Amino acid sequence: MLLNQFLLLAAALFAIGVYGVLARRNGVLVLMSIELILNAVNINLVAFSAVRETVDGEIFALFIIAVAAAEVGVGLAMVLLLYRNRRSIDLTEIDLLRG
Amino acid sequence: MTELLTLAASTATGLPLGITEGGSWLLRNAWLIPFLPGLSFVGILFFGKRMPRGGSELGVAFVGLAFVLSLLTAAAWIDHRDNFEGEEVHRAVAVAVAEHGGESAEGHADEGESAEGHVPGHPSLGVHNTVTWFEMNDVAFTVGTLVDGPAVMMLVVVTLVSLLVHVYSTEYVAGDRRYTHFFAFLSLFSASMLLLVVSENTLQLLVSWELVGVCSFVLIGHWWEEKPNSDAALKAFLTNRVGDIGLIIGVAILFFTVGSALPGQFGSFSIAETNALAGTGQLSHTALVVASCCLMAAVMSKSGQFLLHTWLPDAMAGPTPVSALIHAATMVVAGVFMIARMYGVFFEGFSIGGSSINLMALIGGITTLIGACLAFVQRDIKKVLAYSTISQLGYMVMALGVGAWTAALFHLFTHAFFKACLFLGAGSAAHAVHSFDMKSDMGGLRKVMPHTYRTFVIGSIALAGLPPLAGFWSKDEIFVGTGGWGLFGGTGGNGAYTFMLVMGVTTAALTAAYMTRCVYLTFFGEFRGHGTPHESGPRIVVPLWILAGLAIVAGFGNLPKGLPLVPESLQERFGHFVEPVASYFPGISHGTPSWSLATASTLVVLSGIAVAGWYYFVKVEAASKAAGESLTELPDGLTTKYPLARMGHTFLVQKYYLDHLYTDVIAGGTKGPVAAAAYKIDQDVIDGVVNAAGENAVKAGNLVYHRFDQLVVDGIVNNSGRASSGAGGELRKIQTGKVQDYAAILFASAMVLAGVLIVIV
Repeated sequence: MLLNQFLLLAAALFAIGVYGVLARRNGVLVLMSIELILNAVNINLVAFSAVRETVDGEIFALFIIAVAAAEVGVGLAMVLLLYRNRRSIDLTEIDLLRG
Repeated sequence: MTELLTLAASTATGLPLGITEGGSWLLRNAWLIPFLPGLSFVGILFFGKRMPRGGSELGVAFVGLAFVLSLLTAAAWIDHRDNFEGEEVHRAVAVAVAEHGGESAEGHADEGESAEGHVPGHPSLGVHNTVTWFEMNDVAFTVGTLVDGPAVMMLVVVTLVSLLVHVYSTEYVAGDRRYTHFFAFLSLFSASMLLLVVSENTLQLLVSWELVGVCSFVLIGHWWEEKPNSDAALKAFLTNRVGDIGLIIGVAILFFTVGSALPGQFGSFSIAETNALAGTGQLSHTALVVASCCLMAAVMSKSGQFLLHTWLPDAMAGPTPVSALIHAATMVVAGVFMIARMYGVFFEGFSIGGSSINLMALIGGITTLIGACLAFVQRDIKKVLAYSTISQLGYMVMALGVGAWTAALFHLFTHAFFKACLFLGAGSAAHAVHSFDMKSDMGGLRKVMPHTYRTFVIGSIALAGLPPLAGFWSKDEIFVGTGGWGLFGGTGGNGAYTFMLVMGVTTAALTAAYMTRCVYLTFFGEFRGHGTPHESGPRIVVPLWILAGLAIVAGFGNLPKGLPLVPESLQERFGHFVEPVASYFPGISHGTPSWSLATASTLVVLSGIAVAGWYYFVKVEAASKAAGESLTELPDGLTTKYPLARMGHTFLVQKYYLDHLYTDVIAGGTKGPVAAAAYKIDQDVIDGVVNAAGENAVKAGNLVYHRFDQLVVDGIVNNSGRASSGAGGELRKIQTGKVQDYAAILFASAMVLAGVLIVIV
C-alpha cells in the first residue's frame, strides 16, 4: 500500500491546520483548524493501522473523533460566551492574561 | 485454603508479604466503606435539592452506614488478628518476619525481648483484595484494598468523626445558601479520605490524596464571596500542590526502584511489596533516602509541618465543621497516615533505628514547638486550635521519626476525638456570639453555655495531657518512644532521641498554658460581646458530649505494659491490634514505660497550667475588678515594659514572617525589606523568659529562643528579590496573553525538538 501518500496528505492537512490556528483571527475558524490538525492525526493512525493490519489505530481514531466532538462543543460554547460578553470573536483582542 | 501472597513475578526470594486474600467478607470488601460516602456525594449532587432536608439526610444516612460497617470491620479484624485459621500461612510469615527482622535490624539486639508483645508465630495478616485496572508493558496496575490494623483504626476514626460532623452541620450551617452543596462535598471529603486509608498501592494513594486536597479547597472556600475565604482556599490548595509534587516524584522513584529489585518486572506501586523490599535491604539506600525526602515534602504540606504549615491557620476561613473534619480526621492526618503506611521506606530511608536525629524527627520536633508558641498570640479561638493541631501533628511526625510508630498512631487516634471536640465546641461558642474573636466578643460564656463549657474543658485537659484523660496516655507513649531518657532510666526504643524528648516536654508545658489561656478568654471573666448568647441545640451538644466522652476514655485503649491493677489482657490492646507484624512492616523496637518520665511530664503540664492560670485567674481577674471591665491581659504586661519582649511578640504575631517570605520574596520577589526571618537563639531572651515566667506566662511563650535578625538576612533577601524581579521582567514580555502567540511558541518548540530528535536519532 502506498503509505507515503497518506502521510503526505496528513502532513499537508496538519500544516494547513497549524497555519489556520496561528494566522486566523476568527475564533470559530481557529476551532475548525484545530479539527484539521486532529484529523490529520486520525489519517496517520488509520493509515498505519491499515498497513500493520491491526485495529489499534482505528480504535484510537474513534476515540479522537469522540473527544474532538466534545472539544468543539466546549470551544463553541466559549466562543458564544465571548461573543455575548464582548460582541466580538477576534482572538487578538483577548489578552487579559498579558503579563 | 487461603492463599499466601508472595512478591510479584519470579522473584528469587519468594518472600511472603504477610498479606492474604482470605479473611472474612467484611475485610475483603472494605471498599464498600469509601464507596458509601461516595455514593452519597453523587446522590446529594443530583437529588439533594429536591429532598425535604436538602440532601443532608442522605449524607447522614450513608456516612452512618459507613460507620456501622467500619465498626463491624473492626470487630472482624479483631477476630481475624487472633483467630485467623490459616496456620501454615502464619508459620511461613513468622519465619519471614523473623529472618527479615534479623537482617535489617542491626543494632537491635534486644529485638526478641522488646517485641515480645507480638509473639512470633502469630503475625498480623493484612487482607488484600485487588482488581487489575489496566496493563501496560506487562505491568498490571491494580486498584484495591489492603486492610490491616492501621487501616481499620482509621476507618473507624474517620467515619465516626465524619458522622458527628455531619449531624452537627445540619444545625450549624442550617439556612446556608449552599447547604446541599456543602453536604455533597462533606461526603466526598470523607469518601476520599477513606479511600486513601484502604489504598493498596501508591498510585491509588496519590489519587485519593489529590481528591482530599480538592475537597478541602472547595470546603475551605465554602463562603467564597468574601475575598479572604477564597484566598485561604487558594492558599491551602497551592501550598498543598508544592508538597504534591514531592509525592508524585517520590512515588515514581519508588515505582522504578522496586522494579529494579523484581526480576522481570518493570516496576510496582504495591505498598506491601515496596515496604517489604525496603525492609530486606534489596533496594538502593540512596533511592530510599531521596524517595523519603520527597514523600516528606508531601507530608509537610498536607500535615502542616514546619515551613509548609502556613496554610492551616488560614484554612480556618472555612465553616467550623469543616475545620473539625480537616483537623481531626480527614485532611491533615493523611500525611501522618502516609508515613505510617509507607513506614518500611521511611524506616530505612531515614535510618530511624539506632540513630539520634533524622529529618523526620527534627521537622516534627520543630513543628511541635513553633506551633505551640504561635498559639499564644492568637485572638481567634479557631486559630488557637489550628496552631495546636500543627503542634500535635508535630508530635505525631516526631514520634514516627523516632520509631515510636504505635505511639504516633495512638496519638492520632486520641487527638482525633479531643480536637474534634474542641473545634465543635469552639464552633458552638462562636455560633452563639457570631464571632471567633476571643478578646473582643467572648468571655463569661460558662454561665450561658454550660454544655459547651464542660466539653471544651474536658477536651482542653485531654489535649494538655493530664491523667487519666486520653491525651496523657498517647503523649506519654511518644515520650517513651523517643528512647532519649538517659535522665529517666528505662530501656528500649529505636535510638537515643534525647533532643526530641526535650522538645516534646517543652511543648507539653506550652500546650497546657495556651489552652488555659484559651479557656479563660472564652469562658471566664465577663461577656465582652454583643447580644445575649445562649446554648446551642441538641444536634450540636450531643456530638460534643460523645466526643468529650471519647476524649476521656480513648486513652485506655493502650494502657502501658506493666501497669499495676490492670489485667494483662487489657494492656497495649491498641498496639496489639493496630501495629502490623509482617514482612511489609519494619521490625521496630518498643520502649518500656517509665514511671519517672510519666510523673515528670505530668508535673511539667501542671506547672504550665499553674503559671497561665495564675496569670489569668489571679492577676488578670484582679486587674479586671480594679478597672471595672473584663480585661484580656494585664495593662502593664511584659510586652509594654520590655522592647525585647515586644519584638518577640511581634515576631510571633507575624507568624515568624513565613507568610511574608512566601508571598513577598519567593512569589512576588519585590517587596524585600521586612520579608524574611532568621532564627537565632539568644541568651538574653532566655534570661527574659526566666524572669518573665512569674510575671507573664503568656508573653513568655512569645520570646522563647527566637529573634528576628534583620541585618544579616536583608542583603540576601534584597538580592534574591532583585534577581527574581529582573528575570520576571524579561519573561513577562513573552506573556502577551494572546493564545495564538502561545500556540506559535508551542509549535516552534515542537519543531525544534523534532529537529533535535532527527539529528540525534
